[in-house]
Amino acid sequence: MKFKTFAAFVGPSLVMMLLFIAFPLVSVFMQSFYVTQPIFEQVEVESCTPGFPNPICVTEIKSQPVLGADGKITTETRFSGLESYRNVLELGRVKAAISNGSWTQLMNVDFWKALRFTLSFTLLTLPLVLIVGLSIALAVNNAVRSLRGPVIFISLLPFIITPVIGGLSIRWLFIGDGILTAAMEWMSGANISMFAQAWTIELMMMFYRVWHVAPFAFVIFYAGLQTVNQDTLESAIIDGASRWERLRFVIVPHLMPLIVFIALIHLMDSYRVFDEIVAFSSQSHVISLQWLTYDFLTPDDAGNRAISRASATAMLTMVGIVLLLIYPLKRTWRDHKGSH
Amino acid sequence: MNLRTLILAGALSVSGTVSYANCAYKNDTPVSMLAAGFEAWKAVANAMAECGNFTAELDQEFRKKQPAAFAATPSLYQIGGVSNGTITPLLNEGTIRPLDDLVEKYGQHLSPNQLIRIDGKIMAIAMMVNTQNLQYRRDVLEDLDIPVPQTWEEVLAAAAKIREAGVVDYPLGATMKSGWNLALEFINLFYGYGGVFVDDNNMPTVNTDAGIKALETMKATTEFLDPEYLVSDSTYVQQQFQQGKIAMANLWASRAGASDDEAESQVVGLVNSTAAPRVLDGGAPATTIWWDGAVIARNITDEQAEAAFRLIVEGMDTGMVEANNDAAIWLIPGYVPNRLAQGAIETLQAQPPAVSYPSTSAMGLMHTATGNNVSRFLTGSADAETTLKAIESDYLISAKEAGLIPN
Repeated sequence: MKFKTFAAFVGPSLVMMLLFIAFPLVSVFMQSFYVTQPIFEQVEVESCTPGFPNPICVTEIKSQPVLGADGKITTETRFSGLESYRNVLELGRVKAAISNGSWTQLMNVDFWKALRFTLSFTLLTLPLVLIVGLSIALAVNNAVRSLRGPVIFISLLPFIITPVIGGLSIRWLFIGDGILTAAMEWMSGANISMFAQAWTIELMMMFYRVWHVAPFAFVIFYAGLQTVNQDTLESAIIDGASRWERLRFVIVPHLMPLIVFIALIHLMDSYRVFDEIVAFSSQSHVISLQWLTYDFLTPDDAGNRAISRASATAMLTMVGIVLLLIYPLKRTWRDHKGSH
Repeated sequence: MNLRTLILAGALSVSGTVSYANCAYKNDTPVSMLAAGFEAWKAVANAMAECGNFTAELDQEFRKKQPAAFAATPSLYQIGGVSNGTITPLLNEGTIRPLDDLVEKYGQHLSPNQLIRIDGKIMAIAMMVNTQNLQYRRDVLEDLDIPVPQTWEEVLAAAAKIREAGVVDYPLGATMKSGWNLALEFINLFYGYGGVFVDDNNMPTVNTDAGIKALETMKATTEFLDPEYLVSDSTYVQQQFQQGKIAMANLWASRAGASDDEAESQVVGLVNSTAAPRVLDGGAPATTIWWDGAVIARNITDEQAEAAFRLIVEGMDTGMVEANNDAAIWLIPGYVPNRLAQGAIETLQAQPPAVSYPSTSAMGLMHTATGNNVSRFLTGSADAETTLKAIESDYLISAKEAGLIPN
């Protein structure tokens, strides 16, 4: 392809990527080193609020921002270096926890609590998604031709549902005396509260994520299965390979690039776990890194937002994803080079 | 974010109707309003719409939009619905205007309780108050011969008796959903024990005896709650009442009416209310007082402001209150308290008075820090003192970042 044609094809998406990915990233990176804050002054304010029968007036000293000549709050931006990162990582508390050898103490620091969940969520769901996806693909591949259409449609449904809606439906199945909780109580005879402790909530979140993402893995694997060399399979059968051995030595090696691809996508996606936290309102028990960023960004009633710390956690989340992806990326790169 | 707001986020919109039947005049200047989406605001918005040329956006996510919308020039809305919590960013940014001259011109008949004065200037016109107060199943307490509890100690004793009798699933309900709700439960009790959150220099003063006692009282109540209390918000507790699953809860006055809703409730006429329980003898009820009301944007013309103010006066008139008497604890003349409002009124009249939720930047930060930490104590992963220290250190970090405390 001529360079000009190549540039014409790639140019627009390159511009978009610069505009909507690179620049915001650089800006977040910069923001994580700066703090912008209003200048406050202490004033004595008398305020009156309703009371029965007469209003109650109190005089108190309040801090309020200074307004500039343009009627806007006067702010100052200062370089804060790694302060926001220090505030997020809270290394002092981490050190104290480690020297006490106390895991619970470490888990009381938001960032590490979020990291613990995010990592275990990502790494535990990964094999499950691969196994479930591959099993569905094999099952569909072996199903009678007339059944394939409906089976594919049904197994794709969870993937089509909007994530938050899917999460909420699982929540309503289990919360309080939801249908499934009631069913489990009926079967076990015990009083079960799925939302009362962290591990059951985590279990539901992982169940939901696997249920939601497995269809994606299934579609890819199913496509891959169509390209398995039938001659190799036949000769394996003649050689007396069992079903398991054929899977282990013919099909899986053939699908390896796809497995790595799905692993890559899934690592990236589930490291940013967020919907589940909101849908299950699990903040008391379980939080994720992405939720932490969101929490810093959400203004409270008084309108305060922690933009700098939000930027710092966003950067740390990105660093985490990159670290996780190094191994599968290296592998793909090796395979890519090897194929030439 | 909590689920309730997520579900209600679909903005409800009330558009101006053509009939001016119940309005004393015809409004010619287009006016719009952004407010929360609960019953009382719907009633007021409908009454305003009768004057014509009025649109309302009633949205539970209003608090996230309001500061930015009012900072625009011209402001995107002329009228804003606020509470004593959400007025803070508007006051801080100076995006709402003093209403003294308009009150003098059009609002002579407003009750003094409706005029929210800040630094001597009228900044908002209040329409209702809200507070958490004790709601209880009259029949359950009578059957078990339990006097109506007035302190948290009595509430706990009553809960133990109710549990022993086994008449309901859980003796108590509580709005302890992690985050904002949970923080408010702590704030209520902390104030009840006479605590103060920050000193005059915005330094935290939570790690005190009052803080420890507030946490311990919270922990003591959890024994009688549905074990899933960390996901239960006001709507959940309201439904527990309606379905007869709980016997007592310190719940918002604005939610009391739901127990008499014949379409939803199985306990119509059986729920009564009383003042929020105290924790100290002769202390204030352990709750906070909230008001809801309207403000007018600064960045609009005086003509628009005048039209907006006339609409506020018209929307919050006696006629509206008479038609929607049970929707809120109205501050507007003409309101007749019903059985279920009794508890809120007793709370408001209590001496010494309960604290009005402070509208300060520091309180916003403190609320968040509290909401993120109290659950650790309740789930047992930290002891009381560690929790209070964590609240203070979280607050210090965010207060420094916000510029409230010098670095």
